[in-house]
Amino acid sequence: MEKKYFDPKDLAKFGEITKYQKDMGTKFFDWYGEVFSGDTALTEREKSLIALAVAHTVQCPYCIDAYTTACLEKGADEEQMMEAVHVAAAIKGGATLAFGIQMMNHAEKMNM
Amino acid sequence: MGVKQRSKSLSASGNQLANTFFQLEILNKKELLPTSYVKFKDKIAQVGVPNIDVVPVEIFQLNIGKLCNQTCAHCHVDAGPDKKEEQMTKPDLERCLLIIKAVDSIHTVDITGGAPEMNVNFRWFVTEVRKLNKKIINRCNLTIIRSNPKYYDLPEFFAENKVHIVSSLPYFSASRTDKQRGDGVFEDSISALQMLNKVGYGIVDNLKLDLVYNPSGAFLPGSQCSLENEFKRQLLRRYDVKFHNLLCITNLPISRFLDYLIETDNYTDYMETLANAFNPATLDGLMCKNTISVSWDGNLYDCDFNQMLNLKVASNSQHISNFDVQQLNQRKVIINEHCYGCTAGAGSSCGGELV
Repeated sequence: MEKKYFDPKDLAKFGEITKYQKDMGTKFFDWYGEVFSGDTALTEREKSLIALAVAHTVQCPYCIDAYTTACLEKGADEEQMMEAVHVAAAIKGGATLAFGIQMMNHAEKMNM
Repeated sequence: MGVKQRSKSLSASGNQLANTFFQLEILNKKELLPTSYVKFKDKIAQVGVPNIDVVPVEIFQLNIGKLCNQTCAHCHVDAGPDKKEEQMTKPDLERCLLIIKAVDSIHTVDITGGAPEMNVNFRWFVTEVRKLNKKIINRCNLTIIRSNPKYYDLPEFFAENKVHIVSSLPYFSASRTDKQRGDGVFEDSISALQMLNKVGYGIVDNLKLDLVYNPSGAFLPGSQCSLENEFKRQLLRRYDVKFHNLLCITNLPISRFLDYLIETDNYTDYMETLANAFNPATLDGLMCKNTISVSWDGNLYDCDFNQMLNLKVASNSQHISNFDVQQLNQRKVIINEHCYGCTAGAGSSCGGELV
């Protein structure tokens, strides 16, 4: 059998993380379920779009698959989904650049 | 703008899936199903429902013809412009009227196709049903209204006869709608909706206009309420279009949608998704319990999907020529693997979500 770090089939096993720590795992799933359940202050669609964006920043292939499906199910279209990814990328890129200020501050202190 | 067909019907393209035996063979092929898959019959038995029993028939659903001006990618009827022969005849429509009149428990006559308006006897039939004081639902694809000047007055005709209009609109944007239903469908659909709004459909209470959402791919529909809010907001904002309710329908793995699933290597995953989403709470509300589905040639089925798989009712009364309501009310529904489509998540029926 081919060895690989990411197997799409593992997504379906996510619930099994309660196996080694039942109480904490159960609390996590209860909380997770509540976060995504129903139209609350945010609609289910908006929550799925946020989740999709975050999934890209944490580079979780399982989350990307899961929340691409969720976005489609909740009625988001491909343009909205790609915009969400751009929002994530802009923040990630912007945050990297923002550290440039630290580099500049330090360089200016060090240089004559 | 006219409608440009996306594809040919399965029969016109010589696809093996045009044969319903072949479709059933695929649905029951163990190698194509996920390893953890439990057959639908066993799944419902596990929750204490060995059979699906019916209640007295309330909805008389007629497919009055497979002729359609569109060839949608997901169509379970395999309808299209080439289906010129499969039309219910006037003598058969007259037989149906006698049944509708004689059976008190039938409160709704649900007319579907193809584009039912393309049956030459459509207007006559609607007028006759109206005289019987039964509720009439017409499943209108919208673009038929814009397809030819002879159909431009359909909104007025529907309004005169208080016909409840149920129309498919997969999404509130052209790209996703046209991908499923054909280029130009979205533009003509919006135009038809504006014509329906103009005579009061979707606005006044007694001129019901409902839209049908079905996913444009291998995924389940989301919450009906949430999608309805978004459709209402977007259609009003972009096109000043109003409607009453959005009905969410799950795509069942038969006919052209089955072909799409196989062609895109989504079949096994989709069956797994449907089976994993099985919700026993949907079983009491299944449409097959209170519906009789009649094909263009008068045969009787438990639902529109069984009709397309040619799975006739389990009864000696299998045709409108020997319609026996007492016998039919005793029957058990014919089930197969496609039934998971109606029991997944919040459930699915011609009336939308079940729970």
